[in-house]
Amino acid sequence: MIGGFISVALGSVLGAVARYFVSGLVARRVGETFPYGTLLINVTGALAIGIFGGLASDHASLFAEPDPWLFAVTGFLGAYTTVSSFSLQTLSLARDGEGSRAALYVALSVGLSLMAAALGFALVDALK
Amino acid sequence: MTSKTTSNARTTAILYACVAAGGVLGSLARYIAALIIPVVAGFPWPTLFVNITGSLIIGFYATLSGPDGRLFASTRQRQFVMTGFCGGYTTFSSFSLETVRLLRAGEARTALLYVGISVVTWLVAAWLGHALAARLNRLKGS
Repeated sequence: MIGGFISVALGSVLGAVARYFVSGLVARRVGETFPYGTLLINVTGALAIGIFGGLASDHASLFAEPDPWLFAVTGFLGAYTTVSSFSLQTLSLARDGEGSRAALYVALSVGLSLMAAALGFALVDALK
Repeated sequence: MTSKTTSNARTTAILYACVAAGGVLGSLARYIAALIIPVVAGFPWPTLFVNITGSLIIGFYATLSGPDGRLFASTRQRQFVMTGFCGGYTTFSSFSLETVRLLRAGEARTALLYVGISVVTWLVAAWLGHALAARLNRLKGS
């Protein structure tokens, strides 16, 4: 039980810091007119979680164990990806009269993340 | 190194620490929610719960501590609450994993329902939080 909390805490420090780093980097390089940073974070996080999900379906895998899963998925990827920023950014675009960009952001975020997660599973299946 | 670059590096390090601290608290809160809230009828209620409440909190706090807000918040506090806590508390990756798992299990209807309900309720929650804070901001006095 305590081990679970420690695994989540350690993973989440790294995940939150990685998200702050990536979103800052993308904002400086590409600008902030469209939330590319959060989009990139959520899509790459979805790809990674698909890979871990695929690996965990094999019971001999390290990620079928509770603590590695809690560290990498619940901790790291949970803290790395974000719905709250996604919601806030969509709301800001809509309130700024950028309705079509808001809709595009929602469609890209959901569509690409689901495709990335499915791709992660498919990659693991292909390598088995 | 000049004193200006030293102080910039210090400011950056402090902001990273705020994000990390908020991120750990948010993630542990999400983990506890997942331990308490049951998954009923194969529907991922724990993730839906954290994503809705996290969107509500960020919408509320962003407007309350914004330019016209009645709460004066430092950059550190904003990074701690929004980037750290709310970011660590909510999760897009689990949402994606759960949806793909439902699809792979042949539960296409539940998957579609989960995606539709999630996106709509997240956005409504963020708007509701914003509207609530905007109302508070308009109240006279402090």
